[in-house]
This record gives sequence, C-alpha cells and structure tokens, in this order.
Amino acid sequence: MNSTATTTPVLEVRGLTKRFGGLTAVKNLSFDVHGGEIFGLIGPNGSGKSTAMKAIMGIERPTAGTVRFEGHDVAGQPAHKIARQGFGMVFQHSRPLNRQTVLENIMVALLPDSLFMLFPDKALTERAKWIADRVGLGSVMHRRPPTLPFADLRRLELAKAIARDPKVVLVDEPFAGLTLAEVATFSELIRSFRDEGRAVMLVDHNVKSVAALVDRVLAMYLGEEIVTGRADEVMRNETVRRVYLGGAIETSARPESNFADKVPLLQVENISVHYGKAQALENVSIHVHQGEFVSVVGLNGAGKTTLFNTISGFLPYSGEIIRGGEKLRGISPAHIAKSGIVQCPETRELFGEMTVRENLDLGGQHLEPAEQAKQLEWLFELFPILKQRQGQMAQTLSGGEQQMLAIGRSLMMKPKILILDEPTLGLAPVILEQLSKALEKLRQTTPITVLLGEQNVTFALPHADRVYVLEHARIVWEGDPGRFAAEAGEGYL
Amino acid sequence: MIGFFKSRLFWISLTIVIVASTLPWYVSGYILGLLTVAYYFGVFAMAWDLLFGFAGEVNFGPTFLIGVGAYTAGIINNQFGISVSMCIVIGALASVVAGFVLALPALRVRGPYFGLTTLVAVLILQNFIVVFADLTGGEIGLTIPDVLSIDAGVNYWIALGFMTISAAILYGLSQSPVGLVLQASGQDPVQAGALGFNIVKHKLAAFIVSAFFSGLSGALLVFYFGTASVGTVVDIAVGVQVIVAAVLGGRRTVLGAALGAIFLIVAGEFLRPTGELATFIVSAVALVVILFFPGGFLGSVLSREARQ
Repeated sequence: MNSTATTTPVLEVRGLTKRFGGLTAVKNLSFDVHGGEIFGLIGPNGSGKSTAMKAIMGIERPTAGTVRFEGHDVAGQPAHKIARQGFGMVFQHSRPLNRQTVLENIMVALLPDSLFMLFPDKALTERAKWIADRVGLGSVMHRRPPTLPFADLRRLELAKAIARDPKVVLVDEPFAGLTLAEVATFSELIRSFRDEGRAVMLVDHNVKSVAALVDRVLAMYLGEEIVTGRADEVMRNETVRRVYLGGAIETSARPESNFADKVPLLQVENISVHYGKAQALENVSIHVHQGEFVSVVGLNGAGKTTLFNTISGFLPYSGEIIRGGEKLRGISPAHIAKSGIVQCPETRELFGEMTVRENLDLGGQHLEPAEQAKQLEWLFELFPILKQRQGQMAQTLSGGEQQMLAIGRSLMMKPKILILDEPTLGLAPVILEQLSKALEKLRQTTPITVLLGEQNVTFALPHADRVYVLEHARIVWEGDPGRFAAEAGEGYL
Repeated sequence: MIGFFKSRLFWISLTIVIVASTLPWYVSGYILGLLTVAYYFGVFAMAWDLLFGFAGEVNFGPTFLIGVGAYTAGIINNQFGISVSMCIVIGALASVVAGFVLALPALRVRGPYFGLTTLVAVLILQNFIVVFADLTGGEIGLTIPDVLSIDAGVNYWIALGFMTISAAILYGLSQSPVGLVLQASGQDPVQAGALGFNIVKHKLAAFIVSAFFSGLSGALLVFYFGTASVGTVVDIAVGVQVIVAAVLGGRRTVLGAALGAIFLIVAGEFLRPTGELATFIVSAVALVVILFFPGGFLGSVLSREARQ
C-alpha cells in the first residue's frame, strides 16, 4: 500500500498542539494519511493519542497547528462541520438509542443536519439497510440494541461512522473488548474501508494489536512523536521499546519459597468480570504472600485496573477472592479498605482543592492522633517533597508529586496490602527513579505486601518478587522476574 | 410514522381520548374542572419531557416559560382588552422569545449549570411580578376580564382538544427524524457532533418548541381560571409538580408525561379528605416510582417491549 505515497494525502496534520491549562497533551504533531492507507497512532495511556484524534475531529479545539483535509484547513471548526466534510469516527464506547432498532440507529447517522426533516426518506432506509449488510448486521437490523451481543454493538458503531461515506475514518481502539475471533472479522472490515480508498486512522495503546492491520504507525509518548514507520520498524525502535519496556532490566527477586506463610495472604481464584457484554477478566487467578511484592504487568486495556477494582470490592465477579482464609465476597469496598487492602488508583483521585496535608490526614483519619503523627513523620521521610508541599493545594502539584501524594495517602491508612495501579503513568523518568527508591525502601524496611500493576516493565520488574503477565483479560505468564525477558518479553510489546 | 397508526399505542390513545370526550355528559362539573386543569398540566409535562427526555437537558424552570406565556396573555388582555385568542397567541410567542433568550446563553454552559440557570430565571420572573405589582397584580394575582367560556363542559373540551393536538404534535415530533437526532444529541452529544449534527441548534429548537407549548398552555390556563397568580403558574412548587409528573409518567415517552400530570392532580384531589397528608402521600408514591421504576409508568412498559 506504499504506492499511495506519491499521491497527495487526504489528511495533512502539521504542528498539531493541544494544551489544557498548563498541561500540553499534544505537542507539535505532524503526519499525513493517504487515501487507501491505514495509519496507526499509538502510545501508552496519557500519551495524548486520543486527544490528537479528538483535535483532528474537532471534538477538542486544537491550540495550534493545521489539519488539512483535501487541501483546506479544518482545524478549529466544530465537530459537526468537520464530520459533514467527510470524516467519520468510530467511538470505543457506544451509547445507541435503545428504543430504536439497529436500522433506525444507522438511519440517524444518515440524516441531514436540518430541523425540518419530519418524515423519513425511503432512500435513506434503503441506504441504511445496505450499510447494515455491509458491516454484518443484516440479520439483526430490526432488533433493538439492548438485545445484541457486544461485537454487534461495535459493528453498529462502525456502521454509523461510515454511513455518510466519509473519506477519513478515525477509529478509537478498534479491538477493545473483542474476542480473538471477532478481532479477525473487524480487521477484515477495517481493511475493506481501506480498499475502498478511504484514509483510515486507528488509535491504540500498543503496536502489537494493530501491527497486522496498519500500513504505517506513529508512536507517541508524552504528547510527542517518537518515530513513524512500518509497524515492525516501530516495534524494533529503541525509544519505543524503552517507553513500553523500559531500558535494561535489573531484578532482585526473593524466591517464593522464602515466604513463610503456607496459605498465601491474598488468593484470587478464577475470577471473571464483565462490563455489560464485554469480558474484562477471564478466569484470572493470582496469589500474593505475606510481605511479597508482586507485579501484574500488561498493556493498557489488558484488565489490570479491573483486577484491582475487583479485589477492592467495586465490581461484581464470579470466582472467589480470599484474604487470610476469609472470602471477601459481600464485604463493602469501604470495609475492605479499612481492613488493610488499600488501593492507590491509576487516576490518583486526589482531593484537588484540599492541601497536601489535608489529603494525607484524610488517609490517616482512623488512626489514633499519636499514631497518625508517627505515620506522617515516617511518610515525610519516605517522600520529603510532601513535607515541603504540605500547605499547597493538591491540584497545583506536578504529576510526579501528585503521584507521591496519592501513594502517601494510601500509606497513611497503614495498609497490609498496598495495591498500586500504574503509578508511573505519564511521569518523566526522573520521577520514576524517586518512586523506585521509595518502593525499594518499603520493601527493605517494612512488612508491607505490595501488588503493583504496570505497563512499564522496567519499573515493575526490579521491585517484583514474582510477576504475572495479563493479556487480553487473561493471565498468560507467571514467574520469576529474571525469566521475564527471556520468556515473556518478546511477545509483550 | 405510518406504523404508528397501526400500533397498539395509537388505538389505546384514541380510545382514551374518545372516552374522555364523553365525560361532560355524565360527570359533575367539579370533576370536569379538575380534569381541565390536569390536561393543561399534561401539556406542561409533555413540553418538559421534550427537553429532558430527548434533548437531555434538565429544565428546572418550566414555570418560567409557563409564567411568561400566562402573564403576557393576562396582562395584555387586562391592559388593552385584546381578544382572548390574540392574547393567547401573543402569550405563546412571548414565551418562545423568553425561552430563546434564556436558552441561548444557558445551552453554552455544561452539566448542572443549565438547570441552575433555568431555576434562577424562575426566581427572577417571580420577583419581577411582585415588584411590578401595578402591572402584574403582584402577590394578590392578576384579574383577567375575559374567560374562555363559562360552561364547564366547553372548557373541558377545549382543554382536552388542546392536549390531544399538543400530544399528537409533540409525540410526532419526538418520533420524527428530527426527534431521533435530538435524542442522539441528548444521549451522547460528542458522538452526535461527530456524526455531523449541530447539537446547540437542535437543542435550541427543542427549547423553543417546549417554550411554545408551555406558554400556550399557560395562557389558556389563565383564561380558564380568569386570574393569574404566582402560586398557580410561576412558583417553583408548580414547576416541581410538572417535573414530577413527567418523570412519573415516563421519561422519553411524551405521552407518559400527560398521564403523570393527570395522575398527580387527580390523586391529589381524591386524597384531599386526608388534609395535609395528601401532598405527602402523592409525593411518597412519586418517590417510590422514581426509585424503583425510573422509567416511569409508560417507560417501564416500553422498555419491556424493547427487550423482547
């Protein structure tokens, strides 16, 4: 498909920048997408890829830069105007009209933006039928969305996006929540869009899942382009590997036999979790010993957060979660947290308009005043920067400081098991080092048990005694971090 | 659309309207009067559902639109003695203008602020009426020289006819392509925008239609009462009743809103012997329905059908 490189691109993005207040989510991004090409925009969570797509579509107004569509600049126009010129977007989450049939849902996408369309047009119905057949919804077009399986709802999203025959199709995480067989069918569909001459742009977390599909890939990190090229080149790129896997990996695992408890402190047995119709976890089993540091590594969307939220009691599940011989089922999230399983969530969930000190005090609320003071003093030793920032509002902290505060607040609860969900998300390397040191100190000097979820393997492995690899809702590997590189590292990216 | 005339809902509605239109021949004037008010309330609730159920915007100030229509019609009749029908038309148009002026800035703000803006509008209107008492009659109320009719039966038929026509238009609109776009905009504005629909335009249009029917109904109501007062057409409590009626009847059903309004007013009246308890009982029922059947009367039935 590289023959298209000679023709003029359908979409030319130059210097695209999007700032939210002080945060630059997309920094000076430039690329072309040709008709008949599938272009992938990839990067870990928080890298700005979704923001870039939204800025192109007009959902977010770009701060700077141009988005040329067939030669004229559309940057800054509202989404509905951009859409009418020949853009279609496939959303990851679908909210169809539940009281209308599939066909009527597709018809909505075909309607003109007019206030005087009071009676449906026969031609539109025919066209909607044709589109339904095209994406494989032909047999269910008279059913209503609540009765459809998840994959068909995704098909409906595809149908709506291509309804008005767009020249540019933007797809947000094409395969999220689909089974492997469905991934194959959807890849075929997306390829067929390309073969019709459309310019297709995919946004995804990682190269691997879209490698077979894309013609070219742009990998980005912290809002900036790292490299653009063929999927296999991008996967071999040193910087890309460092972003996803980190650099050279050092491990210092303590063997599992070191941990004295015969029955592990926390046992997760065969749990499965569904979000509506999408399977987020499939028969996942892990165990954690008293004092052990266990890492669950996996790319974004693999199910790490779901696993942690299930343990914390936020989600309904099948299977069992057992802590110290006692089943956690039916215990409220608040009780689970109070009893010592404390999660420090990926999204941090700080109280932005409270000071650092108030955030920490809230964490230590249930402690005796003397004990709280002692814990606070210990915490300030672990994260000295928080001591300096005590009186500052949490939302004014830098990303790294916020992460330290989030961990600090969790530690104020004196957890027995600390669950850290993606602490490195969107943080600069220098901060990672500080977090790394703090974790090491926890491991050396306290009896705490840590369950760490990470995409960044370099960060996760040095602190791990044992590693699980979570992929596509399932545990695919378990073992010693020393063996990770040899056994699981290759297939990870 | 054509399917609707064959649907069960159409035949049920038609039967109810026919039966309802025969009531003046065998029920008391008292019940007729009650139902007359209930029908006007039904239109308030349906107009409100167009905004909440379809455009996805919670308008906490339905009485702003109602009140502007009612008072405008009443004042010009009082001051200039213009004919009743002209007053009603002007009242409805005034409500449209007021609705437009309110919605244009209000739709720019997101989330709960739209609702708060509409709530504040009611308070402003209420204050205006009290302050300009010479013109509006203030807290005592505005006396209106003309009435629609002195015959209870005729008043009842006017109200029933008006509600039926309004229901047909609002329901038809909600099921038309424009209604679908509106529903899509309410449910997922980002996606509707990406599908090429100007959300603000569609929501503004919905607001204007809602304002028109609210104002028209408000104007008719004051010419039925022969008086306009804050307590009957502007007070926040009246607005709350409209909202409760619409939610009770079923969000996104339009027709359910009318059922909810009739239920609220009739139930309130039947419970009158219980004195102060009446409001409490009606509110409790409303609360139970909202908590356990968030789809409302008609919504629960429809969503059961959707699942089949």
